[in-house]
Amino acid sequence: MSMHYFANPTRFNRLAGRIQPWAGGLAAILLVVGLYMALFEVPADYQQGDTVRIMFVHVPSAWMAMFCYSFLAVASAVALIWKHPLADLAAKASAPIGAGFTFLALVTGSIWGKPMWGTWWVWDARLTSVLILFFLYLGYMALWQSIEDGQKAAKAAAVLALVGAVNVPIIKFSVDWWNTLHQPASVMRMDGPAIHPSMLWPLLIMALAFQVYFVALLLARMRMELNLRRIRALRLAERSS
Amino acid sequence: MTRKQRRLYIVGGFMLIFASAAALVLMAFEENIVFFYSPSELAQKSEQQPIPPGRRLRIGGLVEEGSVQRDADGVTITFRVTDTVEVLPVRFRGLLPDLFREGQGIVAEGTLAMNGTFVATEVLAKHDETYMPKEVAEALKKAGQWQGDDE
Amino acid sequence: MDAIGQFFAMGGYAAYVWPAFAIVLVVMALMWFTGIHGWRKSEQTLAALRSNRRQREGDAE
Repeated sequence: MSMHYFANPTRFNRLAGRIQPWAGGLAAILLVVGLYMALFEVPADYQQGDTVRIMFVHVPSAWMAMFCYSFLAVASAVALIWKHPLADLAAKASAPIGAGFTFLALVTGSIWGKPMWGTWWVWDARLTSVLILFFLYLGYMALWQSIEDGQKAAKAAAVLALVGAVNVPIIKFSVDWWNTLHQPASVMRMDGPAIHPSMLWPLLIMALAFQVYFVALLLARMRMELNLRRIRALRLAERSS
Repeated sequence: MTRKQRRLYIVGGFMLIFASAAALVLMAFEENIVFFYSPSELAQKSEQQPIPPGRRLRIGGLVEEGSVQRDADGVTITFRVTDTVEVLPVRFRGLLPDLFREGQGIVAEGTLAMNGTFVATEVLAKHDETYMPKEVAEALKKAGQWQGDDE
Repeated sequence: MDAIGQFFAMGGYAAYVWPAFAIVLVVMALMWFTGIHGWRKSEQTLAALRSNRRQREGDAE
């Protein structure tokens, strides 16, 4: 199957329509299971007590913040290089979701930082680079809004997305490259996870729930963008006729 | 070369150049990105160039076992911060975070006094990346397998 | 009753744990409903435009 198989919007629309309800349902189930485990089953941490439960919403949000941007950047590159007609839509549709998750990562991190670190916010490399990520999302969305011509907007936004992609490895490795208040990675690290299995599994379930939620919402947003593009074309045709 | 290939090389080359530029900038500003100095880094820095008293900076390390002492006034606390090589005495008056205890990682902001004591205006707790239930931590301690920082 | 009270107290950190979970659920629900609503609206607008067009083409014949 070639990359351009789903370039046919009708075909994409049909397939997305079939996946969307399943993904939405699966996300809801996983979310309920994950939340139940995070709130009832997970034992309190030896150091952080019950605040460790915040991890089960903070860490998946932060992972999604970075995943959405990686997705956005890859889609932008595909749009620029291969001119795939759905790539622009995918990039545009993922931006608000990524911005939402980045916002959640920042807010839940702040709420967790106050009781454990003793501060809502510090300007260390990790926190600052995630805040920059949030502004990148906002700038990306603003750029789409500010340019009237759809094709020009897509190109400018894609360039911004690729420039901002440099920030993703900086966020990931900030805790290793520089002294930060934020601790290093607990799960994705060389020596294996530093989280006890009784906490790791619920965390992975929550992460999967967020991921499937993203797929369902992305499909809905892509279909919306596709419709909006058709609506614009129809209105333009009406005006000129 | 097809047009697609040409676009691929342009985008790839652009990304490579931009990433290198970003890396250079980050290396140049390393001093400003580092959130705190360890006692060893601080000693090294003041060897190269004495740190003027009154200049605000942050230090970080572990609170040395048995070093925490409360003054008679009940609010001033003194302790030593160590990175297992160098040790730095710290003085602080104020509210400590819940996680503050001997063996715990901390980051303190303040100034270096003439006598070499670090006078902190804010103390933050820095925990490591290990998460486990209390029972597991206790079992590990009992079995002598503990590798945590509050031994 | 005591067990429930203990659960909600979250070891004394209730003021941090519950708002963190609440804001995540609220924002995710908002993103979900605005996304689905936006898509439904776009479907309706598109359908209306298309039926308009078909009508006019029918009139023209």
